Amino acid sequence: MISLLQGAATTAAETTEAPGAGDEIVIITESATHGAETHSVYGDAAHSAAEGAGLPQLDITTFGNQIFWLVVTLVVLYLVLSRVALPRIAAVLSDRQGAMTGDLMAAEEFKQRAREAEAAYDKALAEARGEAQRIVAANRAEIQAELNNAIARADAEIAARTAESETRIREIRATAETDAREVAQEVTAALVAAFGGNADNAAVTAAVDSRMKGAMQ
Amino acid sequence: MTGDIAELGQYIGVGLTAFGMGFAALGVGNVAGNFLAGALRNPSAAAGQTATLFIGMAFAEALGIFSFLVALLLMFAV
Amino acid sequence: MATATGGGLEFHPMDQFVVRPLFGDGAVAWYTPTNVTLWLFLTALAAIAVLVLGTRGRAIVPNRAQSVAELAYGLVYKMIEDIAGKDGLRYFPYVLTLFMFIVFANLLGLVPMAFTVTSHIAVTGILAMAVFLGVTIIGFVKNGAHFLDLFWIRSAPLAVRPILAVIEVISYFVRPLSLSIRLAGNMIAGHAVIKVFAGFAAIAAVAPVAIIAVVGMYAFEVLVAFVQAYVFTILTCVYLKDALHPSH
Repeated sequence: MISLLQGAATTAAETTEAPGAGDEIVIITESATHGAETHSVYGDAAHSAAEGAGLPQLDITTFGNQIFWLVVTLVVLYLVLSRVALPRIAAVLSDRQGAMTGDLMAAEEFKQRAREAEAAYDKALAEARGEAQRIVAANRAEIQAELNNAIARADAEIAARTAESETRIREIRATAETDAREVAQEVTAALVAAFGGNADNAAVTAAVDSRMKGAMQ
Repeated sequence: MTGDIAELGQYIGVGLTAFGMGFAALGVGNVAGNFLAGALRNPSAAAGQTATLFIGMAFAEALGIFSFLVALLLMFAV
Repeated sequence: MATATGGGLEFHPMDQFVVRPLFGDGAVAWYTPTNVTLWLFLTALAAIAVLVLGTRGRAIVPNRAQSVAELAYGLVYKMIEDIAGKDGLRYFPYVLTLFMFIVFANLLGLVPMAFTVTSHIAVTGILAMAVFLGVTIIGFVKNGAHFLDLFWIRSAPLAVRPILAVIEVISYFVRPLSLSIRLAGNMIAGHAVIKVFAGFAAIAAVAPVAIIAVVGMYAFEVLVAFVQAYVFTILTCVYLKDALHPSH
């Protein structure tokens, strides 16, 4: 490659002269125009001939310059990046990672707390429900007891009234019986007297009794 | 039209190197096409192979660039 | 960029890559501040702005700049962890430096009138050689002679092993070359294509098409800028894995 380049440098003068001549489309390398106009400015024939060697990339006279400044730039860039930029970015990234894990853990904790709160709520709800059921049951029992009480009282009252009624009926019936007997005896005595007979009290009573027995039956 | 026979040969040679660049284009297209065909068959595996794709394309392209370099050398350095 | 002189178009797609001294004219010595220097510093400043100033708040809930910083941090961290394993995390600062440097160099290079430092073989070559040498040294320090198992594949039949060893050694030494040329080549190609399309805008008839093409290419280049940084980093991780665990 190097020999090629040197060949280029030496043969530059002839080769670049030729294509300029008068073609329709001419590819002119840097030197053909610039070489011509800079000849006087540079006043350095050897240099402009070297620069005239076609491709600027193959102009080895500039290599030292490029390499020197490239190395300077690379060293500076490397030092700045490795000393300043990379630790900073790494720190930022790890900070972010830390913040994210921290946030995730906090979120997990909040979730846990929410779950606990929910459990407590559920428990309280269940307790309240149990309490309510107990109260309802107690009320119901109380009411039932009262009801039973009332029913029992009512039954007793009814029984008492019935008994009273029965005794009254019995009394009435008894009085009715004696009243009927007296009426019958008096009527019988009056009838006997009216017919002119002499009513024997005992006979009348016996006759009334025997008749009454059949009637009352 | 003036010039000598050496110049004629130089320009013909430069033109011929264009074939090299064309074939490199075929090579790069082949790499990309096969990658796409494979990626469509198994899209989940495609993402991991992007680096390989670029390496393959770079190798195929480098040879085209070599022919371009030959063209430049013929043009300017011979 | 393009000047329609006398009916012919002139393109200067490579103009944008010229290294010039920042102050005055003259030779570019190794210490001269050049446009490369300026854009290297701007790249470093942009990376520092996002990663240091953006995280100034150290907020638990990040703002926009801090989110970007954390996204970049997480992307590279996960990449190393997935590919190289836990013991690869020791080299995380350097890999992140690489990623931030490349991604900001690529993106700043897309600013109009900017200079793309990653389009220079010298710059990407140093980046790739640093990875290559670093990984090789880590491999030998960590594994001693066992690091050579990387080339002597024990799972292959004995007869095939020498051939495989040759292939493995070649592919090992091609690594820095392919790393650096992939990155620089992508940047050169994309920027040159944009410049060529922009050159066509000098012809009125095709100007709308050219401008639309420039816009499309620009969007594509934004994607490429990120993807190339990603690829560079991921390949670094792969090489790191080989150095830490050469046997598998």
